[in-house]
Amino acid sequence: MQILFKTRYEDDIGFLVKTGEKVRVGMVLAFLFAAPLFLQTYYLSELSLLLVYAIAGIGLMILTGYTGQVSFGHAAFLGIGAYCHAILISHGVPFTVSVVATMILCGLVGMALGRSASKMHGFYLAIATLAFLILVETLLGEWVSMTNGYAGFAVPGMKILGASLGKAWQQYYVNLFFILLVIVGAANLFRSPTGRAFLAVRDSELSARSLGVNVEWVKIQSFGVSAAITGLAGVLLAHQLSYLSPEVFGVLESLKLMLMIVVGGLGSILGAVFGAILISVLPIVISFLKDVLPPAVGQQPGLEPLLFGVIIVLFIVLEPLGIYGRWMKIRYFFETFPYYRKSSFVRQKSYLKTERLR
Amino acid sequence: MSAPQTLSVRNLSIMFGGVHAVEDVSFDVNPGEVLAIIGPNGAGKSTIFNLISRLYEPSNGSIRYGDADLLALSPHQIVATGIARTFQNIELFEQTTVLQNLLIGRHRHMSANVFTNFAFLPGVRKSELEHRRKVEDIIDLLEIAQYRDERIADLSYGARKNVELARALCAEPSLLLLDEPASGLNTEETDDVGFWLEDIKHDLGVTLVMIEHDMNLVGQVADRVLAINEGKVLACGTPDEIRDNKAVQAAYLGVSQ
Amino acid sequence: MLQVNDIIHLAVTGLAQGCAYGLIALGFVLIYKATEVVNFAHGEFMMLGAFAVLAWSEFLGGSFWPAFVLGCLSIGVVGYLIDAQIMRRIIGQSSASIFIMTVAFGFIFRSLAGMIWGWKTLFLSTPFGGKIEIADGLSIGVDRVAIIVATVLLCGVLYLFFSRTRYGIAMQAASQNQLAAYYMGIPVKRLVSITWAIGAMIAAAAGALLAPITMVDTTIGFLGIKALAGAIVGGFGSIPGALLGCLLIGIVEPFADYFVPEIKGVSAYIVMLVVLFIRPQGLISQTFEKKV
Repeated sequence: MQILFKTRYEDDIGFLVKTGEKVRVGMVLAFLFAAPLFLQTYYLSELSLLLVYAIAGIGLMILTGYTGQVSFGHAAFLGIGAYCHAILISHGVPFTVSVVATMILCGLVGMALGRSASKMHGFYLAIATLAFLILVETLLGEWVSMTNGYAGFAVPGMKILGASLGKAWQQYYVNLFFILLVIVGAANLFRSPTGRAFLAVRDSELSARSLGVNVEWVKIQSFGVSAAITGLAGVLLAHQLSYLSPEVFGVLESLKLMLMIVVGGLGSILGAVFGAILISVLPIVISFLKDVLPPAVGQQPGLEPLLFGVIIVLFIVLEPLGIYGRWMKIRYFFETFPYYRKSSFVRQKSYLKTERLR
Repeated sequence: MSAPQTLSVRNLSIMFGGVHAVEDVSFDVNPGEVLAIIGPNGAGKSTIFNLISRLYEPSNGSIRYGDADLLALSPHQIVATGIARTFQNIELFEQTTVLQNLLIGRHRHMSANVFTNFAFLPGVRKSELEHRRKVEDIIDLLEIAQYRDERIADLSYGARKNVELARALCAEPSLLLLDEPASGLNTEETDDVGFWLEDIKHDLGVTLVMIEHDMNLVGQVADRVLAINEGKVLACGTPDEIRDNKAVQAAYLGVSQ
Repeated sequence: MLQVNDIIHLAVTGLAQGCAYGLIALGFVLIYKATEVVNFAHGEFMMLGAFAVLAWSEFLGGSFWPAFVLGCLSIGVVGYLIDAQIMRRIIGQSSASIFIMTVAFGFIFRSLAGMIWGWKTLFLSTPFGGKIEIADGLSIGVDRVAIIVATVLLCGVLYLFFSRTRYGIAMQAASQNQLAAYYMGIPVKRLVSITWAIGAMIAAAAGALLAPITMVDTTIGFLGIKALAGAIVGGFGSIPGALLGCLLIGIVEPFADYFVPEIKGVSAYIVMLVVLFIRPQGLISQTFEKKV
């Protein structure tokens, strides 16, 4: 096992302190930057989409994984972001301005939702966000003068500072830029007071409060940050899809986001990225299954949600820490080989969190 | 660290569905002293703490700390007046490391601006390092260096108790409310707690109020003792006076008067 | 302009709809009180129930009541197995994981139902055809009356069950304090599974009773979300509160749909969000605070 001797407090704050981490991240970055050189257009745009979903996943992860507020309505922010941006640029607003405006709008809507959420706990919030999603989906469909309703909305091509960026590789680099920004920003957040307050609220609102954390404000902030980042993902998704329609941003999309962060591993940024990878690989698996399975099952329209559901259930039962947790275990196994102890990862469980007074 | 002030509780009452959990309780805590609150289970000791930290809304009475009227503040503003607390059933941030817990303890001294934090500007880094230095002082004081990077979920009960005390100290309080600091600890650990409380009182100059059942510990560290039963004050005095008080003996032993 | 007859008609329709929500809510409030798990898939139990009754009635050659009983029992078994095989294993995980899990169940059930019974809308024939003439020009479908009667009956039966029978009292004890109940020799695990079974059976009954109105297809499970909304409006902690909230939602809906047709189908959620905004604990609250 590699022991890291920390000699400065900076070692705890810094990113990528271990050599191994530096090498791994460097390899991934090199691959990502070089990808357009050797990937075909189809795979490149799949990778592009993966990056967009990873951004959305990080957005939801900040809220659910780090602040403990379950939202089944995050597809709504994806939808608001996509539509707002598409409408703005089709009215001639420059890309950069539109992105900022969209993120601010989503952030504000998120904060408004967060304000009502700050008084609710647990599943009330989950249901309220679900209702919010249904309302937004209805709004996007009914507000025909703005969104063109269920007929759909064509997204104009991406133009940044006058340069048209319509090609797959150009969009890919735009997405890559934004996801690196979001990852670094989110990581920054969680090594500073704001992010720690999020964690505090997740683990114990009571003692967070007694230590001076304004729990309501933290929840509002967390909703705002999370919604803004998810809105950014919506902007990029609009360009990726190039044609918007309200039912894209429905309950199934929210479940997809949830699946990403649960299966990826709640409470880690890397988990959201792992989840996005899984989401991108799934359609390939599904199309493969369609050929292999008997047509009675394989050709059914319900195959995708069925698989989503089964994967979530299996992960929660068998590997609650998600892919990220599995990845940690595998790394630990190799680093400590042959002294790996399975019990290193056995944790205490807490039963019945609320003690009932009445 | 702000200078200790007088905590004065006057005519404090609260009802829970017809039961007077705390009824007309008044007492003062003088700067620099150690006050122990004792009483049978269900006497209303923890309720008093919860009232002071504003988790419950009293039906009557006033609580002042120096010039501050605590009842005019929200729960998260209490610590800014210099009052920190621990909980009876340990309330730590389970899924985070000891270090993170202690840093959250310093939250009142930090500025949490989303935008500067998102960018992690040099100023944020500088203040992080400064706070880390202060946290390390507390880690040294309570000898928990070996747990620094452990997650709370992996710690033993005794270690958690220490970490919770440390976290409260990280807020640099001038008044510390300790809810049963020695419950569930063995004799050796209880002795340690006794020493630490002495240290906290003398070295850090913190006023202490503690709820405690262990009368040896109370006798060792407390300057005054407040005995409570059925929500009312039975007696207040030095540990020896309280030990000889007939009403207190009756409440504990059930002797008829 | 709205006539008095129309108002009564809308109100009774709403009352019946509210009772249907109430029946679904009854099931998941029971489960919630026993285990602190909110079953987001409860609407899907209802949907499965309607399909199961349909399947049994085809198998038995069209007789409704035996099919009804067998269908409800089948879904009860499903509910029991869900708890005994899966929910029991994930006790102690974060509540977020558990919500997500039950939502995932919902998707699985819906897909499976579609794969087994097809995605088309089916018709279940019940003995509740026809209308009852109340006054001149005012008539109410027997199917709607059946739902109201069934709700009242089931509430009565459940009340007797929980206050009079050994099992019911044991369940109450377990929901107050599982550990203490366990030490008293109450088989808590089995009781929890039975609670799941009862909840599922009530939902299945609701599905079969609703079948003449909603028809039977894979999407009717979404009623479960409206029932959740209703339960929240009333206050989740208590069964009377949940029922009241569901009735309120049920009665508001037909009027809202009549006056503001643009928001057809979503008025329940608007009511819920408004109530949550004003009174986050629901209209009839119950204290659930963590002790310190």
